[in-house]
Amino acid sequence: MAEKRKNNVGLNTLKPGEKGRIAGMALGKGIGEKLQDMGFLQGSLVECAYRSPFGDPTAYFVKGVLIAIRSEEAGNIYIEKEAGTEMGQWA
Amino acid sequence: MGLSKSSIGLGALDEGRVLHKKREGDIVAALAGNPNVGKSTVFNQMTGLRQHTGNWAGKTVANAQGYASYEGQGYVLVDIPGCYSLDAHSAEEGVARDFICSGEYDVAVVVCDALCLERNMGLVLQILQKTEKVVVCVNLMDEAEKKQICIDLKKLEERLGVPVVGTAARDGTGLEELYLAMKERAKAGEGAWHGCVGCGYRSDAAADAQRGADKCICKYGCRHGGEWTAEEICRGIVEYKDKEYAAADRRKDKFFTGKITGIPVMVLLLFFIFWLTIVGANYPSELLHDFFLSLEDKLIYGLSRLGMPVWIREMLVYGMFRVVAWVVSVMLPPMAIFFPLFTVLEDSGYLPRVAFNLDKCFKKCRACGKQALTMAMGFGCNAAGVVGCRIIDSPRERLIAIITNSFVPCNGRFPTLIAVITMFFAGMGAGASLGAALLLTGVILLGIGLTFFASWFLSATFLKGVPSSFALEMPPYRRPQIGKVVIRSVFDRTMFVLGRALLSAAPAGILLWVLANFEIEGMTMLSRLAGFLDRPARLMGMDGVILLAFILGLPANEIVVPIMLMAYLAEGSLVEVSDLHALKQLLVNQGWTWATAVSVMLFTLVHWPCATTCLTIRKETGSMKWTVISFLVPCVSGCLLCMLFHGLVSLVIKL
Repeated sequence: MAEKRKNNVGLNTLKPGEKGRIAGMALGKGIGEKLQDMGFLQGSLVECAYRSPFGDPTAYFVKGVLIAIRSEEAGNIYIEKEAGTEMGQWA
Repeated sequence: MGLSKSSIGLGALDEGRVLHKKREGDIVAALAGNPNVGKSTVFNQMTGLRQHTGNWAGKTVANAQGYASYEGQGYVLVDIPGCYSLDAHSAEEGVARDFICSGEYDVAVVVCDALCLERNMGLVLQILQKTEKVVVCVNLMDEAEKKQICIDLKKLEERLGVPVVGTAARDGTGLEELYLAMKERAKAGEGAWHGCVGCGYRSDAAADAQRGADKCICKYGCRHGGEWTAEEICRGIVEYKDKEYAAADRRKDKFFTGKITGIPVMVLLLFFIFWLTIVGANYPSELLHDFFLSLEDKLIYGLSRLGMPVWIREMLVYGMFRVVAWVVSVMLPPMAIFFPLFTVLEDSGYLPRVAFNLDKCFKKCRACGKQALTMAMGFGCNAAGVVGCRIIDSPRERLIAIITNSFVPCNGRFPTLIAVITMFFAGMGAGASLGAALLLTGVILLGIGLTFFASWFLSATFLKGVPSSFALEMPPYRRPQIGKVVIRSVFDRTMFVLGRALLSAAPAGILLWVLANFEIEGMTMLSRLAGFLDRPARLMGMDGVILLAFILGLPANEIVVPIMLMAYLAEGSLVEVSDLHALKQLLVNQGWTWATAVSVMLFTLVHWPCATTCLTIRKETGSMKWTVISFLVPCVSGCLLCMLFHGLVSLVIKL
């Protein structure tokens, strides 16, 4: 569980099409482990795919799979935004 | 919407724990893997069984067992629920972990999804730490090929040190190799593993000591000491040739989960399915009815030739046969159409999108979005929906989903709603079916609204708590195998449901006939019972007979309407009912108005869960208290709803 570092932002701040690399997460044991098992590992590249019609949850593309999580969880996953304006394939 | 003898009711759960070998030398193989990688499809292809499959994570929630043989070797296959790792987070993952860790198998087949091999590798590595009796099956190779994802299986096999087989289970490709690999692995047993000892997959203290602490003897040049991570294993093995491989799914998702389109498309789909069901069921329903009616006289004649006494003859034909005939002709056609339609939706991968779209609403009610999935299963059968609630991690949210599951009408209640709507509201002519479908959609939306309300209410009272988390995998869209779906739905689900309905319809028919034909103090028992129930029923805008039918319908909701009709017929107002129109006349003669019809629909939507569902709830919650609450919540809501409606109507009429 990495502390939130200076350059890191919450995963929930990504807009659809933007990408980031996971730097750490501050989640409880249960859901934290589950998300790690589902592919949200430190160093993984994550792309924000799209949001639900009501704005939450959001689907993220990670390790070749689309996974929907709520903003609470996403906010506690810290990422380093990938540099460059290149849009991802879900944009 | 899984439905079969093994997915509902009491035989449902974890039958895989007792293994049924046919011969001594049979190989017991466990099918493990991440959710929605096609374990059940592999299982079905190998065993020829029809374990339910669907394109969403969490479809299989209990172990299932089947037998296969290939080249003289018997295999006992155990299909276990999918899990992301061996640390269980939900009930269904617990089932999986327990079996994998039990070691009660000769070989574990870890099924992987070729589209996201790296994610799947985590579980492979975990299982390899527990046992070396592993075969890795990389499934969905056909789909990977279509999306131009190349996987070097040979290299993977070298790195893992266990057999790796590529399959496309939907059409059976690669299963022969899988059989052979399983056999080889199982016969080799522990110790014969030629895999990478240095990587820590096998913790063998003696070997560690022998070779010295810091030298990895493995020939694959792995990093010493630590374990390989999934990423390292897959590096250089998976190649995405087409970076845009998810583009088609992206377009579909923009439509199905879009801000503007998402919700309307969902409602329209529901409406379209209902419309197809209503239109399609109309004609076969009439045909079946005429057919059974024509049999009645022949049966009476035949039985009298056999020398049966009159009362037995009448009991069998006018009691049992008639109710059974009603169940078949009124209930079967809508079921036979609705099931396949829904299964197509399920196979396509749309259902998780529904959960995604609705999660925010569930969160507001402090419940879990996956409840949308269990609700969808409830459309098929509430008992199956209750078992499906295992996919919900939080025990509190799971209980909410279990208790509120019967707020969506199951397949046994659909035809009742359709029949009432057709008779009283749709009218005749071309637009009739559209109107009927519209009304039905409205009723279902009301049920969904009540689900939200009840979830919110429970969260505020009996099951206080904050919403937990939500993490749902959204699978790629797949083209449903329509032919297979139709055959499977009709011969498997529909026949099963029908069988259950008939099983309770036959005795109910006899009971009804007895009630209607035997008298106590000059009054038939039927009128006595109905009279007794009449007062509370009137409060709800119905009559005693209707309430009695609902009570007698406890074993299976399919028999409510037939019982109601039989009871009215037994009171002697009409002998023959030729079609729905005549049926309406019968009901109107009994004092039905449009308001009665609405009350009946409301009560059909919300009353108590059927007996099978209650037993399943008892089994799933392990608690009598929650079973009683699950019974009372819809029961009280239904009564209140009907009384409220009746009160309003009376008030308006008085004014």
